[in-house]
Order: sequence, then C-alpha cells, then structure tokens
Amino acid sequence: MTRDARVLVVACGALAREIVALTKMNGWVGVDVQCLPPELHNRPERIPQAVREEIAAARDRYERIFVAYADCGTGGRLDAVLQEQKVERLPGAHCYEFFATRSAFASLAADEPGTFYLTDFLVRHFERLVIVGLGIDRHPELAAEYFRNYRRVVYLVQAHDSELAATARGIAHRFGLEYVERHTGYGELETSLRAWAGSNEQAIDERVLEPMPWRR
Amino acid sequence: MSEETEAFDLDGLNDEELVEQVHDDMYNGLKDEVVEATHIFLRRGWAPDRVLNDALVEGMRIVGIDFRDGILFVPEVLLAANAMKAGMEVLRPLLAETGAEPIGKVVIGTVKGDIHDIGKNLVSMMLEGAGFEVVNIGINNSVEKYLAALAEHQPDILGMSALLTTTMPYMKVVIDTLEQQGLRNKYIVLVGGAPLNDEFARAIGADAYCRDAAVAVETAKALIAARRRDAQKPP
Repeated sequence: MTRDARVLVVACGALAREIVALTKMNGWVGVDVQCLPPELHNRPERIPQAVREEIAAARDRYERIFVAYADCGTGGRLDAVLQEQKVERLPGAHCYEFFATRSAFASLAADEPGTFYLTDFLVRHFERLVIVGLGIDRHPELAAEYFRNYRRVVYLVQAHDSELAATARGIAHRFGLEYVERHTGYGELETSLRAWAGSNEQAIDERVLEPMPWRR
Repeated sequence: MSEETEAFDLDGLNDEELVEQVHDDMYNGLKDEVVEATHIFLRRGWAPDRVLNDALVEGMRIVGIDFRDGILFVPEVLLAANAMKAGMEVLRPLLAETGAEPIGKVVIGTVKGDIHDIGKNLVSMMLEGAGFEVVNIGINNSVEKYLAALAEHQPDILGMSALLTTTMPYMKVVIDTLEQQGLRNKYIVLVGGAPLNDEFARAIGADAYCRDAAVAVETAKALIAARRRDAQKPP
C-alpha cells in the first residue's frame, strides 16, 4: 500500500498501462492500483472470486475501493460480488465497449457481428494471450476454428503508436480479415477514473502495485 | 491420463484396454488414433452405438470434466472434440442403418449478433452422440430464423447459445416471441454459453441453463422424459 493512499482501484491487468498513463497525464495522486492477471479473461468465471478476494484483503486499508473491470464475460456474476461488497465498477460489457463508448460500440457490433476487436493491450500481447493462450502456436490448425466466423479486425486505438498499428494490421492479414482502425482514446475508463480519483480528498501519492499471482 | 503417447499396435490391445486407450487418445486430441480404434472395434463386432457410447462419448465426458475443473483448456477440448467428430463420422452411416429412433429432436443455434459457435457445436455433437437428431442452424440467428427452423423441423427442444454479455439478452426476445405466438409450451428451451447462469435462464423464461455439453445432454434427456411422462398422465 502506498503511504496514506485512501483509494484502491482493483484493476484488470490488461488496463495497468492505460491507468498509469491516465494517472500521470491527469496528475491524479493518492490512488493505489492492484492488478489481477490479464489471463483471467480466458477463464472469466474466475474473475468474480478473484476480485472478491482482492477487495477483502484491502478492505481495512482503504476508505474507498473501485473495480476497473467491465462485466468482462462474467454474465452479471461480477456485479453480484460488487453489490455484496458495495463497490462500483467500470460501465459496460467489456473494455471494447468502455473504450469505444456504448453507442459507438453498439454501432460497430451491429455493422458486423463477426468483428474481432483489438486494443493497445491486446495488440501488444496478442502472441501470448491469443496465439499461445488458445494453443494456435502448438496446433495451427485450430486458427481456422477460432477465426472462421470473423470478417474483420477493428483496432480500437488508445494511444497512437505506428508500430502497434502495423502489428494490428499484420494480425488482420494473418487471418485474412479486413482491417479497420478507430481512435477511441481512453473513453469511459478515463471518465470513471477521474470520478474515482476525485473521491480521494487527501491526495498523497500514486503507484501501481505488482500484479498478484492468481489465488485459488 | 498419459501426457505422451507412443506409436503402437492398437489392435494388440484387448477390448477393455482399447477403450481406455481411446479415452487417452481423445484426451490428447489424437484424431487418427481415435479413427483407427473405431474401425478396430467395428471389426471386432462391436455395435456402432456401443463404440459411440463406451469409447467416444465417455472419452469426451472425461475431457469435459477436466475442462470444468480447470485441468484442460479450450485448445485441448477442441482437439478432443475434433477427434470425437472424426470417430463419429465413421459411425454415423452405420448408426443410420440400424434405424434406431432418435430419442428426441433439437434445433440449436447461436443468437443474433453473436458469431461464436465452438461451445454450441460441441453441445450439438454430444447431443447427437447421445442419440438426438440435431439440426444446427449456425450463428447470428434472428428470431425469424429460429421460428422458421422450429416450424420446419418441429423439434422437441430449442437450444440457444451466446458467448457475449451483449448478445445473451436476445434469448429473451426469442422466448417472448414464442410466448406471444402461443408456441412457448410446445418446446423445451435450453440455453447455454459462458456468461449465462441458472438465474439468467429463469429470468428469461428458459426451461434450463446448461453449464456444459455433458449437462446439456443430461438435461435434454431428463426434460424430454419428464415431458413424455406428463403427456401420458390422464387429464
């Protein structure tokens, strides 16, 4: 715990870099961020319990706790935990939605249901989370099964980086998909964090803590 | 289960050993070995439905348990499913020849706005393996497409799948439409998909939520049996 910090954000590890960037950019202080492993997204049923444990472990040390997850495939089970813990989370179904904002995401999804979304984080870690995580490195024949119903890649850009854009384009090309780029910035992640950081009356310091190993 | 497999003569195994070997090979996603073992069972005079149930379906059931328990992950399940599918392709024409009546008919599809079908296809395969006739209507199904498939195929069960929190509410649109058209009680409605749960299934008016393919098969069997019992009761 950062000395005298009074606000904790329990965050998806996929948002750590973005939260640091926003914190620096906006000069928010007095907020600790505790990240859970981004690999949880491959087993979303485990997210609610992981979040519950983080909240329980930190409850006595912070005045206010927020959760930087959307529903993230938990089908309301994360919300049940947060209701029980009286803790607020990011809006929407997943990071694609809160980066793009609700109406823009709904429009993208309606235009083409077969859209594979990328964020800055997913582009950076595509090999580890998708290619290795889904076993495509060991069994390339599985790629056709995972991607056969997709028609396009939409890269939701948080912070422009030409190398990342080239990688994202390469991902689309690799699976024979149309490529679309949309600059979203940080969307509702920024507005939510601003509201949460503002809840800390005595701003002292900021730091992102090391991600915790998955606790069973 | 063994983590490595060595090439050896499957035909040299006795029946019991070969069944265990098929379970191992399915666990390890070894499609060619599963197909070879399927042919061996048939040469030994096993009935196709016995090969299906004892070797393939049981092998996939074990895979399903270890997936649920976090021992296996999606890639391993997919490889095992592909191995089972290959074995079933050998058996399907033989099963058809037996003329056995299916235990029920299922129309199954992923809801509108959702193109995810890996889980749904696995459920389809396991239902077929359990003796159901399955009409798989694919992905991104509007209520009109579901209704057309129900009218055309007259199934006992409607299965709906969704992987996305944003698309799962569409299941209620389909169920509400069935209600409005006076068709809801004609079908058993089963729903599944990673973000769903029992509470959601109850809230939208489905008959049951199926956590995985094995549960889908058991639920389908149980609800069809219950419905047939009810139909036989005097008014």
